[in-house]
Amino acid sequence: MTREKAADAELPIEAVRPVRPGRWLGAAVALLFLVWLAYTIIVNENLHWDVIVAYLADGRILGGLWVTIQLTVLSMAIGLALGVLAAVMQLSDNPVLRGTSALYTWFFRGTPLLVQLIFWFNIGLVFPTFAIGVPFGGPKLIEWQANAVITPFTAALLGLAINEGAYMAEIVRAGIRSVDPGQREAAESLGMSHRQVLRRVVLPQAMRVIIPPTGNQFISMLKTTSMVSVIAGAELLTVAQRIYLGNFEVIAMLVVASIWYLVLTTIASVGQHFIEKRFERGHVRLSSRVRRNLSPLPSREPLPSKEPLPSKEPS
Amino acid sequence: MNADQPMVRIRAVRKRFGSLEVLKGIDLDVPAGEVVCVVGPSGSGKSTLLRCVNRLETIDSGRIWVNGELMGYAERGGRLHSLRPHELSRQRRGIGMVFQRFHLFPHRTAIENVMEGPVTVLGTPAAQARRQAEELLDRVGLADRAHHYPAQLSGGQQQRVAIARSLAMRPSLMLFDEPTSALDPELVQEVLAVMRDLAATGMTMMVVTHEMNFAREVGDQLVFMDDGVIVERGDPREVLAAPRHERLRTFLGQVQ
Repeated sequence: MTREKAADAELPIEAVRPVRPGRWLGAAVALLFLVWLAYTIIVNENLHWDVIVAYLADGRILGGLWVTIQLTVLSMAIGLALGVLAAVMQLSDNPVLRGTSALYTWFFRGTPLLVQLIFWFNIGLVFPTFAIGVPFGGPKLIEWQANAVITPFTAALLGLAINEGAYMAEIVRAGIRSVDPGQREAAESLGMSHRQVLRRVVLPQAMRVIIPPTGNQFISMLKTTSMVSVIAGAELLTVAQRIYLGNFEVIAMLVVASIWYLVLTTIASVGQHFIEKRFERGHVRLSSRVRRNLSPLPSREPLPSKEPLPSKEPS
Repeated sequence: MNADQPMVRIRAVRKRFGSLEVLKGIDLDVPAGEVVCVVGPSGSGKSTLLRCVNRLETIDSGRIWVNGELMGYAERGGRLHSLRPHELSRQRRGIGMVFQRFHLFPHRTAIENVMEGPVTVLGTPAAQARRQAEELLDRVGLADRAHHYPAQLSGGQQQRVAIARSLAMRPSLMLFDEPTSALDPELVQEVLAVMRDLAATGMTMMVVTHEMNFAREVGDQLVFMDDGVIVERGDPREVLAAPRHERLRTFLGQVQ
């Protein structure tokens, strides 16, 4: 009797939160610091805010911004394709394919990107011409001059994409290995080919593990493209440098470039969030599982019919 | 296909993992339309035997024929040639496999799981595959769960979807690898009911299981394996009522 009464009574919790003086003090110090930082930046006359604002939408800056976006998207796309290829090779049974993939990641992760960029830009010093034909000194069908083909843009793209591919290979490999081997067995039992198993079953599930670090790589790549300025890649930083070499507004131009880098990385972070949600499909988090158990579904679960099923077509 | 020819013919099959020999010469026939239940203690090799039938495991010696076809090899000019991957895939299409841990594709809904095989492997038009998948889900009692993801289904429901997924390929043989061992006790019956119905349609089934009641009621043949060999076989009702071997008696004492 008393138990039923207790179940009916409402016992709301309106507890007083404990006072945390240490936390208050910390917040006050942080706030004071931020105000001081903003003040010093705003009143500092060496920063030339008028120049910064004037150049923010300058045609040359926007042109550099566009090159930065192109370099990032293209080198990430090529890098991802190379990474998938290298990862699949790495997981192959064939030792030559495995070795080739390992050599690739070893070399391009083991040398600085800056060195690779300068190398690609100067590749004409090693290979003056590129040709399609029979290798090992055979006849050539078409031939190009390296200096004509290797512009700062193509050199930048080669350097960034091939280097990125080596990192993506490790990310993709980890993603593929995260997929339960039982998934592969189930798909093979249905009669899928290796390629179908990979494309329909393994890669879509690996994506959940691959996407977050790939998003980080993308955001990192937005900024890494600035290294291309060493070979005058005409991207954002190169353009900013060219302008300040003319008007000596070094800091203002770097601030302009930084503002644009921040804009790009912020947009990319938001995009990453939405893509991650997309690939969470079918992946129920523990919290919602618990919630489901706590609030039982309307019980609509008919047991399978007890009468025998209609037999298959007569043969 | 010869009418007398068994659906599955297993001859002198041996299999080792490293230094451990898990199958030590297995001979077994599964006649078309029959249900063969394979029981035995864990480590006896029963799951491995099942996985050898659809060649998820390769065998070290012996022969396995399914539907009159030698699994995994082609015999030409007196020599065996390993099948190319796509030929092996074609052989596997006709053999359905249900796993202990379901292995549904978690990124696809129940109905998409059932449609996956026909659409991807057989090239069935999506609309037709969908209709067929709806029928199959209805058959396993899950028509109302078609658009749920596996993680939103109970274990028993997942296993029933997995059975429907295998049936969508219209197999002539179904392999069940401990289909109820990963289920909570109250969910076992719903899966066994589906399997019982399936057996009643005349499907040829090889079932590795610990469910002795299922073996007794549904099985046409009971095979008891221990330590990589078949110790005893026969009519399930007779074998379970009067086991001839001490090892089987011990085993039955442990599971019941």
